[in-house]
Amino acid sequence: MLIRKPQDIPSREITDERLFWGRREWLASIGLGLVGAAGLPRSLRAQDSLKPDSYDTITSYNNFYEFGTGKEDPKENAHTLKPRPWSVSVEGDVKNPARYSVEELFRGLTPEERIYRFRCVEAWAMVAPWLGYPLRDVIKKLEPGTKAKYVEFTTLLDPVQMPGQRRGVLDWPYVEGLRMDEAMHPLTLLVTGVYGKPLPNQNGAPVRLIVPWKYGFKGVKSIVKIRFVEKEPATTWNIAAPNEYGFYANVNPNVDHPRWSQAKERPLGQFFKRPTLMFNGYGDQVASLYAGMDLRANY
Amino acid sequence: MTEAQLIRRIVKPVLWVAGLGPLAYQVWAFLTGHLEAEPVKGMEHFTGRTAIIILFITLTITPLRRLTGWNGLIKVRRLIGLFAFFYALIHFSIFLVFDLELSFGDLTKEVVERPWITVGFSALLILAVLAITSPLAMVRRLGGKRWRAIHRLIYLAAILGMVHFFWSQKKDIRLPLIYATVLGAIFAMKLFLARRRPVSPVPAAGAG
Repeated sequence: MLIRKPQDIPSREITDERLFWGRREWLASIGLGLVGAAGLPRSLRAQDSLKPDSYDTITSYNNFYEFGTGKEDPKENAHTLKPRPWSVSVEGDVKNPARYSVEELFRGLTPEERIYRFRCVEAWAMVAPWLGYPLRDVIKKLEPGTKAKYVEFTTLLDPVQMPGQRRGVLDWPYVEGLRMDEAMHPLTLLVTGVYGKPLPNQNGAPVRLIVPWKYGFKGVKSIVKIRFVEKEPATTWNIAAPNEYGFYANVNPNVDHPRWSQAKERPLGQFFKRPTLMFNGYGDQVASLYAGMDLRANY
Repeated sequence: MTEAQLIRRIVKPVLWVAGLGPLAYQVWAFLTGHLEAEPVKGMEHFTGRTAIIILFITLTITPLRRLTGWNGLIKVRRLIGLFAFFYALIHFSIFLVFDLELSFGDLTKEVVERPWITVGFSALLILAVLAITSPLAMVRRLGGKRWRAIHRLIYLAAILGMVHFFWSQKKDIRLPLIYATVLGAIFAMKLFLARRRPVSPVPAAGAG
């Protein structure tokens, strides 16, 4: 099988933003011929709602406290991170616990481009064209055991590479987790790139998590450890403010953050808000994971 | 040039330019696309911080007057205080227009249910009362003693404003901590001066 990792893709094949859009316009123009006038406005609208934000927006407005608490700090400070070479330690109840290089971790898998809505718990939202690998494919390769009920992810702990860790603003290293069925969901992605390019440091290079129906803080960045565990992992923001940030963190317009409403969200760059979608618009695919659960208690 | 002329021709025009500067900057940023990726949050933070800073400056007028012995300072205190209210009002209006979309039902809900909004809103109401009672006619009507008692609420407004600022932060409280330190220093200076010398009657709000 052809192995294609972002770092292997020759530069001539990397889609730049202009070509990326050109391709979409071309696809849309084909659609225009096929769909005809009747179906057009609706289909265009649907496409508009998932129009990715610019590369510049996605890579210059980040919450990555390891490089400072300001949104523009990570872009300015993340140059100290050395994302290559990089290894990920696989631990816990798994058949092949070992330290894998990123290349080994994804060997045999094909990267996919996924255009996802991204919703921050702070009530801002964007759309990003991620490049990554379904986490389930990686988990299947690693073969977790029967005691693996949760997956825990840990960010690099290195105050030299991550100067923000010199301050105790959060309990370092950053830890996040998913229930096994959430981790195995086809939407859940280990992301290595954006806009067809390797993930910039400020977005969590070389590999981060993206769970599109959850608030952005679940998307742990610069992952160095994946652990298969039996109990629900203690996660960073939940430790920092348990009444404000839960383990599940599903996007939910009906459950407010104690200090602000989650009923609406504001797309980046815009002045007015729009309604928040249940599970960030991915309810059809993921609502069944939470059947019978009290989402107000399990926020 | 007499002191009155100096204040009227130089000090006050300078204060007007300085006071409208932050607003001009926001308008420029708005028109030229220099607001941050979350423009509304950016404007809210900027105008909120501006209101607090100007409120602090208002609080330093009396101690500065005592330290320098220049009584003319008191004649510009009202103008500076009104600018603090002006920015607090803009800050609130941005929240009301862009976050609540002018829904007064939502405003009530926010003020009642979210303590940090309650606190900020209370500070705004206090500043509104102080602004309304700031004209000389109001000082005369209320009488100096009562007027001064009402206007001591500015300390409460400053404290509530700071609580609101702290509460607005997600985790990193360095910036409000710096502001709180400044406010603490102002309070300490006021206490020190008040002890050293009994309070001399302040010509409330001045004549200008």
